[in-house]
Amino acid sequence: MKYALGVMIAALLPLSLASLMTGAASIDIFTAPSDPWALLVLMESRLPRTLAVLLTGAALSVAGMLLQALVRNRFVGPDTVGTSESAALGLLAITFLAPAAPIWIKIAVAAATGLAGTALFVALIRRLPPREIMLVPITGIVLSGVIGAVVTWIAWQADLVQLITTWLMTGEFSGVVAGRYEVLWIAGAAAALAWFAADRFAILSLGDEVATGLGLGTRGVMRLGLVVVSLVSAMVVATVGMIPFIGLVVPNIVSRIMGDNLRQSLPVAAAGGAALLLFCDLIGRLVRYPFEIPVGTVMGFVGAGIFLFLLYRKPAHV
Amino acid sequence: MIRLSGVSHQIGGASILNDITADLPRGRLTALIGPNGAGKSTLLRLIGRLEPLQTGSIHIDDLDLARTPSAEIARRMAVLGQQTVIASRLRLSDLVAFGRWPHHQGRPRPQDRAITADALEAFGLTPLAHRFLDEVSGGQAQRAYLAMTFAQDTDWLLLDEPLNNLDMSHARSLMARLSQLVRASGKSVVVVLHEVNYAAAWADHIVALKDGRILAEGAPQDVLTENGLGALYDTPVMVTQHDGRPLVLHHF
Repeated sequence: MKYALGVMIAALLPLSLASLMTGAASIDIFTAPSDPWALLVLMESRLPRTLAVLLTGAALSVAGMLLQALVRNRFVGPDTVGTSESAALGLLAITFLAPAAPIWIKIAVAAATGLAGTALFVALIRRLPPREIMLVPITGIVLSGVIGAVVTWIAWQADLVQLITTWLMTGEFSGVVAGRYEVLWIAGAAAALAWFAADRFAILSLGDEVATGLGLGTRGVMRLGLVVVSLVSAMVVATVGMIPFIGLVVPNIVSRIMGDNLRQSLPVAAAGGAALLLFCDLIGRLVRYPFEIPVGTVMGFVGAGIFLFLLYRKPAHV
Repeated sequence: MIRLSGVSHQIGGASILNDITADLPRGRLTALIGPNGAGKSTLLRLIGRLEPLQTGSIHIDDLDLARTPSAEIARRMAVLGQQTVIASRLRLSDLVAFGRWPHHQGRPRPQDRAITADALEAFGLTPLAHRFLDEVSGGQAQRAYLAMTFAQDTDWLLLDEPLNNLDMSHARSLMARLSQLVRASGKSVVVVLHEVNYAAAWADHIVALKDGRILAEGAPQDVLTENGLGALYDTPVMVTQHDGRPLVLHHF
């Protein structure tokens, strides 16, 4: 399984190249150094978009893997436990209270409310009987439904429904140009930060007792994990809108193949998530060329298919 | 020595432990026995700081449990609770390697790898080392957790019903290994046991709990008597001798 990371990175190169070559403007990116028009399209649109997709896919997959380790359940992702809805609630609140606030304040508020929502989810599932594993994703769906309903109601009253649609409905990358995606680098950095604490997350996923026995401060690790998940979700929601399934499916595939030693599997999840999302984004761009299908829609189809396959596949050993 | 003074514990108004004061000797294999609901697991979990201490104090050698950082205790004492749900897909080798984590905090040294390999070998897990935790049987998973606890290589070892899920031969070899740790390496072991005959055959010191109180403590010959065990379990038993140690007959 040492090749997994290599395979993923090998897949990323042609996908990234294809992404740079695909778009409504017919340019030849290989002449960009001598063609100012091609260079402009490349640097202002194609490259930012490709990077945005890569960062989003990688960060959401890492966030999903952390979340699944923290709550010890395979059937949750950052898009199904109320994190993105809570982040949208924060964005909505700051839009009301301080519409002119700079983007980083908006994102900080979104991350804070996303953190509060995720912490609420964790507090709720702690009260569930530990053997009833399906109650965990159901609780997440109910919680995101409730918070989402509050967001929609407020937006409806304030005539801002269009705004929340861009956050919570199908996320897409067609609006990404230079200057409008850079905060995603912070999401990527937060995900990378998680790697340094990978052992701690892996130990915590064995349960509070084992973690305490090994001298790990369980609360601190839980807080760090929730902060990473919330930061990633908030930035993705604020910049490109929530992308469904990727944070659920990629961790499941990676865990099935290489297990939950997060120090090894987090980089693979990041590369795999980036590759899968870029693949879906390319499909969305090519199916009705030169028009686009939002990547969230494509991801919904592809992700549901992969997830069903994972559910019905037989285990490798008995 | 583990010194318990005035330890009481309540869960939702129900009293689980009442004013337990006892010394668990160093360099001995101590067994906690008693009927279901006597509070043995709770006591072990309190010593192992898996539950917060409500009343009283616990000292592990010179360390006050309430004031010592958890990470420092992890280098002195390894504790294994009863495993319930396994959600994680770790390889057995990775799981056992985490036993060394308190000593290296994420940067394993060559001796950590060697100790991990020894622990895997000692529990017969080397052929299964690459299996995932959710792909082995309950007994194999239990042995992996035990190997992790052994790899932690601490002065004190606390095990809550470690014989669960183990067959006769693995149960026996675990008790023999614990006894050998005490005798050869000078470690101290505290173990909650369900079956009194394992305590009779291997323990140096026995603490008998009933209804959250200590009913008897001392050497096996003194605690495992017909009257004592009859009162402890509210059931008639016969005690004979085998190889110079008590043998409790209760299966009829």
